[in-house]
Amino acid sequence: MFEATQLNRRNETTQKLFRLALGGMTGILILPVILILGTLIWKGAPVISFEFLFTGPTKGMTAGGIFPALLGTILLVLVALLASVPLGVAAAIYLSEYAPNNWFTRAINLAIINLAGVPSIVHALFGVGAFVIFFKFGTSILAASLTLAIMTLPVVIVATRESLQAVPEAFREACWNMGATRWQTIRRVVLPNAVTGILTGVILEVSRTAGETAPIMFTGAAFFLPLLPQSVFDQTMALSLHLFVVSTQVPNMPEQLPYGVALVLISLVLLMNSLSIALRMYLRGKKKW
Amino acid sequence: MVIAPPQGVTTTERPVKLGVAGLRIRYGEQTALEGVTLDVYEHEIFGVIGPANAGKTSFLKAINRMDMFNTDMHVEGQITFNGLDTRKVRNVYGLRRRIGVVFPLPVGLPLSVYDNVALSPRLRGEKNRAELDVIVERCLRRAALWDEVKDRLDTLGSMLSGGQQQRLTIARALSQDPELLMLDEFSIAVDPVTTMRIEDVLKELRQEVTIILVTNLVQQARRLADRTAFFLDGRCVEVGVTEDLFTGEVQDQRTRDYVDGRFG
Ligand SMILES: Nc1ncnc2c1ncn2[C@@H]1O[C@H](COP(=O)(O)OP(=O)(O)O)[C@@H](O)[C@H]1O
Ligand SMILES: [Mg+2]
Repeated sequence: MFEATQLNRRNETTQKLFRLALGGMTGILILPVILILGTLIWKGAPVISFEFLFTGPTKGMTAGGIFPALLGTILLVLVALLASVPLGVAAAIYLSEYAPNNWFTRAINLAIINLAGVPSIVHALFGVGAFVIFFKFGTSILAASLTLAIMTLPVVIVATRESLQAVPEAFREACWNMGATRWQTIRRVVLPNAVTGILTGVILEVSRTAGETAPIMFTGAAFFLPLLPQSVFDQTMALSLHLFVVSTQVPNMPEQLPYGVALVLISLVLLMNSLSIALRMYLRGKKKW
Repeated sequence: MVIAPPQGVTTTERPVKLGVAGLRIRYGEQTALEGVTLDVYEHEIFGVIGPANAGKTSFLKAINRMDMFNTDMHVEGQITFNGLDTRKVRNVYGLRRRIGVVFPLPVGLPLSVYDNVALSPRLRGEKNRAELDVIVERCLRRAALWDEVKDRLDTLGSMLSGGQQQRLTIARALSQDPELLMLDEFSIAVDPVTTMRIEDVLKELRQEVTIILVTNLVQQARRLADRTAFFLDGRCVEVGVTEDLFTGEVQDQRTRDYVDGRFG
């Protein structure tokens, strides 16, 4: 009485087929990732050394290290974080905790989503107009970082809003019922429970900008600088631009060197990503509800 | 036959803690509760019974002015607390502080046991640790929870059992030093033994605070409430001395049917 009918068998076959097809698609998906990482490590790893990481380029950038670019990228991302996090978090708190649900709020939310879709070269031109020229920061770390900050603002807002909305509404209501104001509720109950999500989400998103080239190219990153930047009003070298330069702009470049730069850049981003993912997993284990 | 509109029992001259007149609550266009006129006296346990969706929770929300946080919710009519119109009080946060609320499912805030109870005093600006210690111990004792948690005040409130969490929320409500305590079907997620313990706590508290007890268990209203209101389908069917309602001295047949468990 448990023999398979023809329909059963046909279902079984279909299910196997689909499983194979979907699995195959997934395989195709990760193929490029493996190829890229493999090539980078294969060709780039021999170049990496203490000297490569901690000295500056020499001989018209065909030799020596990448320290000014590495430092520059870290600086750019840090300053961008400093600018975009307070602004983005404040905006997200307003939108999620205070803003009434009306057409105006919905319009703002729509604008944020669209802002996330603006091409980075457009942000770059905005950065030139606003920070380099109008605010007279010149081409500088400050102008470049602020451009990056504007570019990352939408994702910071979205990441923060998601963390805030993950805090159950019942907590807010319990707090309001005790006579707490909205702000007291946010400060005592909502933020302490959202802060880890906000932090890790924001680091994850902003660290991705380490690889951006267009927004910093016209606003603060330089091809080559003999000295390290002394303040945020100086220009800086950056890994992404440096990679562009050594791969396309310099004659007689040793073949391995650009791979080394790319490997450092991608490692930096992956390192920040895995740090924030690890932090998130650790903190999620300690979650309080 | 015309039935007289429900009125507070007027045989006693007790001071009115909470006065409700012509209350109507709607969410958007949909009316959740209307035609409620009743008084709650000082130091009584006032029961509210009725089937689901009768408007009981909305009634409590209106008293605590929670419509402020929900743009959909509209409250008409008058609610007075200590004779003051709650729509017109200047400090609505101060009003809410004098009214403690306990929800159907315990909402243990993601804080330690201590911090849960100390939250309300801290919101008022109390920072002195010794003072807070006293308040926390007193409220936990009054909620019959102290003996069970006194050695682990630093554990998260959500690590306690369901019944303990519900008593924790009662302790938290008491830490507001409320004049009015409102409980919304508190025993829904609590075992019978804990329910009885909490009922004993409420009997004690009656000496000091006024209590509105919304309950899904009619027998609980009978055990505790001095007077009881029966809500049905968004209307207050009647208000009476609890014992009268349970012995059949009702103005409306539907009340008798509900109390006898014939529907609901
Ligand atoms: N936040 C809300 N938004 C819209 N309608 C609601 C809301 N809360 C309650 N209602 C409606 O109001 C009516 C009364 O609900 P409620 O006060 O929760 O009744 P009870 O507590 O007696 O079960 C129900 O029909 C319910 O659907
Ligand atoms: Mg209810």
